[in-house]
Amino acid sequence: MIEARDLKKSFDAQPVLDGVSFEIETGESVAIIGRSGCGKSVLLKHLVGLLKPESGAVLIDGENIVPMNERQLLRVRQKFGMVFQSAALFDSMTVAENVAFALRRNSRLSEAEIARRVAHALDVVNLPGTGDKSPAELSGGMRKRVGLARAIVYEPRILLYDEPTTGLDPIVSDSIDQLMVRVRDELNVTSVVVTHDMRTARRVGHRVVMLHQGKVQANGMPDRVFDSTDPIVRQFVDGVADAREPS
Amino acid sequence: MTSSAKERVVNMLAGLGEFAFLARDTAASLLRLKVTWRDFLFQFYSIGVESQAVVLITGAFTGMVLGAQTYFQFHKVHMDTATLAVVAVSMCDELGPVLTALMVAGRVGAAIAAEIGTMRVTEQIDALRTLATHPVDYLVVPRVGAAILTMPLLTMEAICVGIGASYLVSTRLLGIDPAYLWYNALHFAGDADIVIGVTKAVFYGGIISLISCYKGMTCGQGAEGVGRATTQAVVYSAITVLIVNFFLTLTLGKLLGLL
Ligand SMILES: Nc1ncnc2c1ncn2[C@@H]1O[C@H](COP(=O)(O)OP(=O)(O)O)[C@@H](O)[C@H]1O
Ligand SMILES: [Mg+2]
Repeated sequence: MIEARDLKKSFDAQPVLDGVSFEIETGESVAIIGRSGCGKSVLLKHLVGLLKPESGAVLIDGENIVPMNERQLLRVRQKFGMVFQSAALFDSMTVAENVAFALRRNSRLSEAEIARRVAHALDVVNLPGTGDKSPAELSGGMRKRVGLARAIVYEPRILLYDEPTTGLDPIVSDSIDQLMVRVRDELNVTSVVVTHDMRTARRVGHRVVMLHQGKVQANGMPDRVFDSTDPIVRQFVDGVADAREPS
Repeated sequence: MTSSAKERVVNMLAGLGEFAFLARDTAASLLRLKVTWRDFLFQFYSIGVESQAVVLITGAFTGMVLGAQTYFQFHKVHMDTATLAVVAVSMCDELGPVLTALMVAGRVGAAIAAEIGTMRVTEQIDALRTLATHPVDYLVVPRVGAAILTMPLLTMEAICVGIGASYLVSTRLLGIDPAYLWYNALHFAGDADIVIGVTKAVFYGGIISLISCYKGMTCGQGAEGVGRATTQAVVYSAITVLIVNFFLTLTLGKLLGLL
């Protein structure tokens, strides 16, 4: 279970998270939506301890990770897999080495077993046979899928996705949506998907949390949120630009 | 104090504090041998090999110019045969370690800061962390460990090449008698000079690699941040080496003098 309690974070006196609280049950899949720059990536990074809040707590299976130092966090992070907005592949390594990274470092599996699991993970993300390529040779969508393979190969219990479909063409986004649903159901993981793509949120999320101006603006079943009468939620869901508010 | 000056002092102290933490984490991780041999050997190879050209050229030309200049001065007082002794002592104690360190700061320090800085701005370091890998274990320790071991070797190489080149210039170009030249060199330069050179090199390897890793790990946003981190890594390493060199010369001179 993941619980955020009254998280506050600012950069250069500019508040980004201003008291964010929510809970995510084990096995649940939650979509976090909100406008660009509203702090979705910042929130996600707090959940794995990549960023520390000024106040508040992040509880992973009941354990507060905020006061932990980097070395204590390593143990907690073995539960997590994270797919970055920019894919963040290691560009000095091949695709296969990227995917094998966590297995090589944190498990005692044989090289043959690692190779088998890497090939399987690349199959799952529909990139069989790309193992020897370097990340620079891949398209944006392929890089994101390698990022996904790297995150699922060691079968983490919690998966965090940062805008997995943003900037991809509709067909690739669709395949990534399906992939996330499959991973969610087959591996029974807890997933947190940050997105501003309504379709992804609707398909992958059991629940939708909307961030607005550093606070949780809405939190509920996808249908409830998308049919909400709250003007701020409506505006975002319908995608209407507001002349009064600078973006 | 004006508020901006105050801010700068605070930032500088905060930076020093962070640097101290990095040094502590690195030392702890080095001592626990939390390093994979493959990464370590790769760094050892790349630091050593990348530096060959600069180290050889620096060593040779410094030795030669030092030999020639010493000869010009000593010739006036008929001490030609002491030329190589002066070259050997200066190369071992000061010029070998310092010039090698400055060249390695430019070559290896810049490469380390640019590589780690790029990893930081492209979120590769965050990716490492989510893959349950400590960035200090994976990125800093192999580089610092390799630099501490490579620097003495590179420094000895520069010293030997420098003395050898100076010997050739002295005997072939300046016509000094080789037998007396060697005799004096061996008489005045001793084990203590080699100990001083190697000790300094170990320090400078640590200084350059730690400062460069620190600059990379704390690099600012975007290409501009990486550029700035790279420049600062070289400048700070070079200045720190020059300042520390003075204190090491005093300390080591006193220590070895007493022993
Ligand atoms: N490391 C950082 N330093 C300073 N400001 C940051 C940093 N990371 C994010 N921000 C700021 O926090 C805000 C939220 O960013 P982010 O979480 O990336 O938005 P998004 O919801 O689009 O993912 C932005 O205004 C951004 O400029
Ligand atoms: Mg984002």
